[in-house]
Amino acid sequence: MIYRSEPMGEIKLTAEGNLEVSKEWENWMGGVAAQNKLVSPGMRLGNEGRTLKPGNIITNGPYAEVKEIIGGLSIFRAESLEEALELANNCPILNVGGNVEIRDIIQMNG
Amino acid sequence: MRSSLGYKTKKIKIMNEFALIFRNDFHPETGYSPEKLQDIMKQWQVWMGGMAAKGQLANLGTRLGGEGKTLKPSNLVTNGPYAEIKEMITGVIVVKAGDIDGATEIAKGCPILNNGGSVEVRNIIPIGAN
Amino acid sequence: MQEKELIPYLYRTEFRKITAVLCRSLGIEHISIAEDLVGDTFLLAAETWGLKGIPQNPAAWLYTVAKNKAKDLLKRNTLFSQKISPQIQYAVDDKHEIEIDLSAKNIQDSQLQMMFAICYPGIPSEAQIGLSLRILCSFSIDEIADAFLTNKETINKRLYRAKEKLKQDNVQIELPSEKEIDKRIENVLTTLYLLFNEGYYSSNNNAVLRKDLCVEAMRLTHMLTENETTNKPAVNALLALMCFHASRFEARIDSNGELILYEDQDTSLWNRELIIQGERYLNKASTGNYLSKYHWEAAIAYWHTTTNNEGQKWEKILSLYNQLLMTEYSPIAALNRTYALSKVYGNEEAIIEAEKLKLDNNHLYHCLLGELYSDIDLEKAIEHLQQALKLSRVAADKKVIKNKISKLGKLKNV
Repeated sequence: MIYRSEPMGEIKLTAEGNLEVSKEWENWMGGVAAQNKLVSPGMRLGNEGRTLKPGNIITNGPYAEVKEIIGGLSIFRAESLEEALELANNCPILNVGGNVEIRDIIQMNG
Repeated sequence: MRSSLGYKTKKIKIMNEFALIFRNDFHPETGYSPEKLQDIMKQWQVWMGGMAAKGQLANLGTRLGGEGKTLKPSNLVTNGPYAEIKEMITGVIVVKAGDIDGATEIAKGCPILNNGGSVEVRNIIPIGAN
Repeated sequence: MQEKELIPYLYRTEFRKITAVLCRSLGIEHISIAEDLVGDTFLLAAETWGLKGIPQNPAAWLYTVAKNKAKDLLKRNTLFSQKISPQIQYAVDDKHEIEIDLSAKNIQDSQLQMMFAICYPGIPSEAQIGLSLRILCSFSIDEIADAFLTNKETINKRLYRAKEKLKQDNVQIELPSEKEIDKRIENVLTTLYLLFNEGYYSSNNNAVLRKDLCVEAMRLTHMLTENETTNKPAVNALLALMCFHASRFEARIDSNGELILYEDQDTSLWNRELIIQGERYLNKASTGNYLSKYHWEAAIAYWHTTTNNEGQKWEKILSLYNQLLMTEYSPIAALNRTYALSKVYGNEEAIIEAEKLKLDNNHLYHCLLGELYSDIDLEKAIEHLQQALKLSRVAADKKVIKNKISKLGKLKNV
């Protein structure tokens, strides 16, 4: 699951400097976990970025060929892309105009 | 500092983690000869192995296949990977570095840059304990 | 203390101490011999004290006799003594007095080391528990059989096979190294938690026995906190969890020995001391950067010791169950999360979530749906409860479900 949306500005942190997870995200992901379909909550990406292209081209900022940037990604477990799609249905990013890209993962040997 | 339970927690400093996101044209491998594919695979193994040896790899990473679905608000579903642009994400790894410039140095060695692809480096917000 | 009660009391407190030390001295291959030796010591005590009266210092008497028996054994049986552990090998070679060290420190150390040896993932978990009860808690074979609702022969076989496997795999009686300790402690904690649950959730009718099992589990977990090497945050979290659960012991069972559900309990019977202790351990557990599943469970248990039924409590519990499930999935956690969700977002929402869980073969799933449907659709509620009754295998649970069905049935006919 890859989450994209337009840049949302400063990311809320707790007093300890950790990600402040909203109730919506926690409930949604908890729901997936309750179905025994969460492999990894994954990661939330920050606003810092560098983009490297061939020929030693390095630009500041997240990859931004379009206005949306990647906010994070998680790993779910499902029998099919359709089932994965069902799990993604209530993803909170959709409520802020974002989108979810669902991709299959190629198993790599150890 | 206090956790949400009201109990004190000790903050422990960890090395910063950065995500390296690899992109390339849709299905670049079709059209490559077996030798070229072998060669590319070897380049990746050398690069990953080098990082592992230096303790820079946080995990072995995820390689993404060619299938996909994209879900947008109002239940809009399109088949295939996110296709607003011609490049698609082919994989992600997590590396350890002092700061984003350090992570960028590591990214410079990525074989995808020799094959027309790109690398996006992003800082990772720690999830930690709540 | 009365003469008659003294020996059983000393058996309970001292058997495990002496056995642990002897096991360590004689080696993993000779656990049975160590047990027999200590058993003989108590037999001798029973015979002698009856005739000659109770000695001034009964525990010291036991220690001396056990020591002498062990030394005799080692002196007589040279083949045997060639295999003894390196600690006393030196003493034997030098023809010095063989020393069995029964100091408080060595007793403590030996018990800890035996704990790690016994909680060995190579033997089945019920064998780990059985062996722990025998060696670390001084339980007799009969008592262990009672606890597991089975017979002596089964337990004897189980323990025998376990000891053989420990011998075969040459399991060392020692504290694991810094590198290994976190992983090994996980095994130990799993076993201790299972032991605690044997007492807490057991369908055994013997309430005293059940309490004993919980107390023993807590005592052993506490032992881990007293040693610097093993005093990890996860251990403190588990101990906190046990304290919180145990605080409701008196309130859980009514005078007929039947289970009283959490919502129906008389909170004045909750043990405040234990709750405070639990909070203390939870505090100690809040160090380091790694949260074990016991941390989440202890936090959830903590919120269950509060009685504020509005808003915050159930929101917090829901959040904690989310975190717990993201750390490690279990069907019970999934069901409990759904219950918490119903308290925050209402029954309809919870029913939708529950049906996604795909736990149709689990009687607790049907109990939950029975509960959630009871205000919405009586027919469905009763249907689910009847399914729960069919699937449930524990008499105490069946009783509770039957009660619920009849209560709902009365509502239906109104």
